[in-house]
Amino acid sequence: MDLALQLLFTGIGIGAVYALVALGFVLIFRATNVVNFAQGEFSMVAAYLMVVAIEAGLPYWAAFIVALLGMALLGVIFNLGVYYPLRHRTYLPVIIATIGASILLANSVLAIYGPQPQVLEGWFETPGIQVGPVYLDSQYLLIIGVTICLVIFNFWFFEKTLLGKKLQATSQDKEMASLLGISVSTMIMITFIYSAVLGGLAGILVAPVLFVSIQMGSTIALKAFAATIIGGFGDVAGAIIGGLALGVIETFGAAYVSVPYKDGFAFLVLIAFLIFRPQGIFGERVAEKA
Amino acid sequence: MSAPSDNMPIPAPAIHSKPLLVRHLPYFIGAAIIVALAATMRFDGYVHNILLQATTFSIAVFGLSVVLGLCGQINLAQAAFFGLGAYAVGIGTTDLHVSFWVCLVGGCLISLLAGAFLGMSTLRLGGHYLAMVTISFQQIVTLVMINAIWLTRGPDGVPNIKRPELFQSSQSYLAFCVAMLAIVGYLVWHLADTKLGRAMRAVRDNELAAGVNGIDVFRTKIYAFALCALLGGLAGGLFAGGFAYVSPDQFSFAESIVFLTMSLLGGVASPIGSTIGTGLLILIPEWLRFLKSVPGLYLAIYGLFVILIIRFMPDGIWGFVADAFTRWRAKTKAPPAAAALQLRPATVGGDTVLEVTGLSKHFGGLKAVDGVDIAVKRGGVHALIGPNGSGKTTTLNVLSGLYEATAGRIVLDGTDITHMPPHQRTAAGLGRTFQNIRLFRSMTALENVEIGAERPGNTMVGKGDDALTERAMEALTFVGLGNRANELISSFSYGHQRLIEIARALASNPTLLLLDEPAAGLNSTEKLELHELLKRIAAQGLTILIIDHDMTLVSEAAQHITVLNFGRRIADGESLAVLRHPDVVSAYLGSE
Repeated sequence: MDLALQLLFTGIGIGAVYALVALGFVLIFRATNVVNFAQGEFSMVAAYLMVVAIEAGLPYWAAFIVALLGMALLGVIFNLGVYYPLRHRTYLPVIIATIGASILLANSVLAIYGPQPQVLEGWFETPGIQVGPVYLDSQYLLIIGVTICLVIFNFWFFEKTLLGKKLQATSQDKEMASLLGISVSTMIMITFIYSAVLGGLAGILVAPVLFVSIQMGSTIALKAFAATIIGGFGDVAGAIIGGLALGVIETFGAAYVSVPYKDGFAFLVLIAFLIFRPQGIFGERVAEKA
Repeated sequence: MSAPSDNMPIPAPAIHSKPLLVRHLPYFIGAAIIVALAATMRFDGYVHNILLQATTFSIAVFGLSVVLGLCGQINLAQAAFFGLGAYAVGIGTTDLHVSFWVCLVGGCLISLLAGAFLGMSTLRLGGHYLAMVTISFQQIVTLVMINAIWLTRGPDGVPNIKRPELFQSSQSYLAFCVAMLAIVGYLVWHLADTKLGRAMRAVRDNELAAGVNGIDVFRTKIYAFALCALLGGLAGGLFAGGFAYVSPDQFSFAESIVFLTMSLLGGVASPIGSTIGTGLLILIPEWLRFLKSVPGLYLAIYGLFVILIIRFMPDGIWGFVADAFTRWRAKTKAPPAAAALQLRPATVGGDTVLEVTGLSKHFGGLKAVDGVDIAVKRGGVHALIGPNGSGKTTTLNVLSGLYEATAGRIVLDGTDITHMPPHQRTAAGLGRTFQNIRLFRSMTALENVEIGAERPGNTMVGKGDDALTERAMEALTFVGLGNRANELISSFSYGHQRLIEIARALASNPTLLLLDEPAAGLNSTEKLELHELLKRIAAQGLTILIIDHDMTLVSEAAQHITVLNFGRRIADGESLAVLRHPDVVSAYLGSE
């Protein structure tokens, strides 16, 4: 029982990271109808930026700001270089281009920085606290806390601010939005920046728990994508619930079934969902309309 | 549009081409020469390995040209299928001591089954899911290859893989692989012009239109995907025999991306393009070996290539060349003359072709169609009209199966089609056109109409490709576009595209033709011509159910009118009487 509680805590912590990246997926998908397969590389690049900034002698908070600014810039470049030129084509070329971008980003970092995984210190000095039978790692607590704050912020931003409403309008009907004087290309640019920063934040948060490596991007992205499908594709709440569920399933699977196949559980759950409940927990529409 | 003389029977026989194998003889002679060269020329080991790699990889990339090029579905796990075939031969010929041939066939079967299973689980959903699931599958296969040491020997890989007795020497094995490449290449090349290949291209261009033209979209996609997996497995088996050693890193996700890049670079839709792309991407890295000294640089350049190709050369090198050739050929090659189109709608049921009773379609709380009855009598034109938002197009979409009815019953010529998917309704005799034209844009007018003619259960078309082309030419000539049959859809005006859509439906010899706002977007001359066309269709006894806003067209063409408003039927009967009905007048003009 104690072990189960401990695993639950760890699972929710890692699941929160998947949820953050999944959120980035969903936001871009809703704005552009495209799945950004380079979303995970945003996390990886941010973690490396953080490592580089700290090595350059910046304090942790300054490195954090530098890394997030770098992500905002990457969001701009990504939009202009990968998505925008293809915006009038069907989804297939765009998917392929984002896959190309993912390969380009991951391997550019590899070429510059080499294959050695890097270590990023956690935010807090204290490693964690013991509450009853469960040891609460401080970094996991931070991850969960930040995720909760971001989910609340996200809700406030999209539901209560004018900019959020404009973004929603753009994602629902681009032509109508542009007729109402909303600059669709600006809205899409903002979406890419926001998603890149969100993905980057997830990467910086999870980096002290994992190693900072080239592979971390694709691993996180695949799980986050699985999370969005499990939750219900295109649904914000679904992405978060799906991410948490996946983190927990994976942690328990590793503890009770098999460690080497840990990364496989997410995919098995995903395929099972696609077969038996493709609309996900929250039941988003999946069929094309006539 | 057509002058009447276009439809006079022309006695000249249409097309009687030479048998396929004779026409393609040059290909086989060329292939035989290349195989002979591979069997006799002396290569040093390095060149031999490069040739062997290019040959086996090309076969795997052919798979992508089927699934991505012909059918428009993505597969990011081709290296996994390649790996399944390779490990089948690797483990089979070493640990299990089974003959190479058995292992090769076994590997192909395993890949085929894995591909079919993956396809069945995801192909009903959009392409994003497929991309994701194939990546997942790729990851699982890699995990198993690394961790299931009892089976795969883990990261160390499987050495000393056997070759068949017949092709022990490297030279003869290479010749064997080249021969396989030639055979598979021929099949894939020819596939595009078969019924299945046309169905795949139709699915790629427009799934909805493919469905209402009698194509089982889901099954077509599964065939494409399974075929791709099968070719991956075959290529992997040949690769394992050639290099005698396999290890998990040869079949990683990165390799799947390499396959994808090869396919995109050469031209995704053709085997020739696949071979060009594969050859280039094997040779270029060899020339630029220094890039491999920096880990990652080489793949980073691949990634950049993918983005650039997609943006600037979406059809690849070969696509670029072939496109120019197709345009040139369309101009030079005059289409054959055609006989007059015969329409012989089936008459199984009684006087009523279409009997709709209590039809409802609700979207949540919105009752778009609510308990509508329509009885369409055989022969003549029946119109379904109503103000905007009255439920006309929803009704049509329920009739053709794009939406599932919430309640009610639809009987077409004595067959209950209420619960059939679109392609089965088409097989049962339904033909339709769309308000926003849905043609297969990468095909010629003729190919579009051929897909219509291929409707399962079409009794008006004989066996073989020639009969199909003949039927399609008749239909195109009927709408007056016979002389432009070989042009691509993009070169036709809006009005002409509409006519091609009608020709596509007519070629299938439907029992009932549904026309969704055929006059929308046409100018007044074109509308008159459309009216003439409708008369000529009706004169052959084909029943038409038309939706339109154009009251002049409707009142002149239709003998019978059903009026909808707010999802309910408010009037039904003989045209003039219905148009004077007070409820109809108030629905259109508003009441006091």
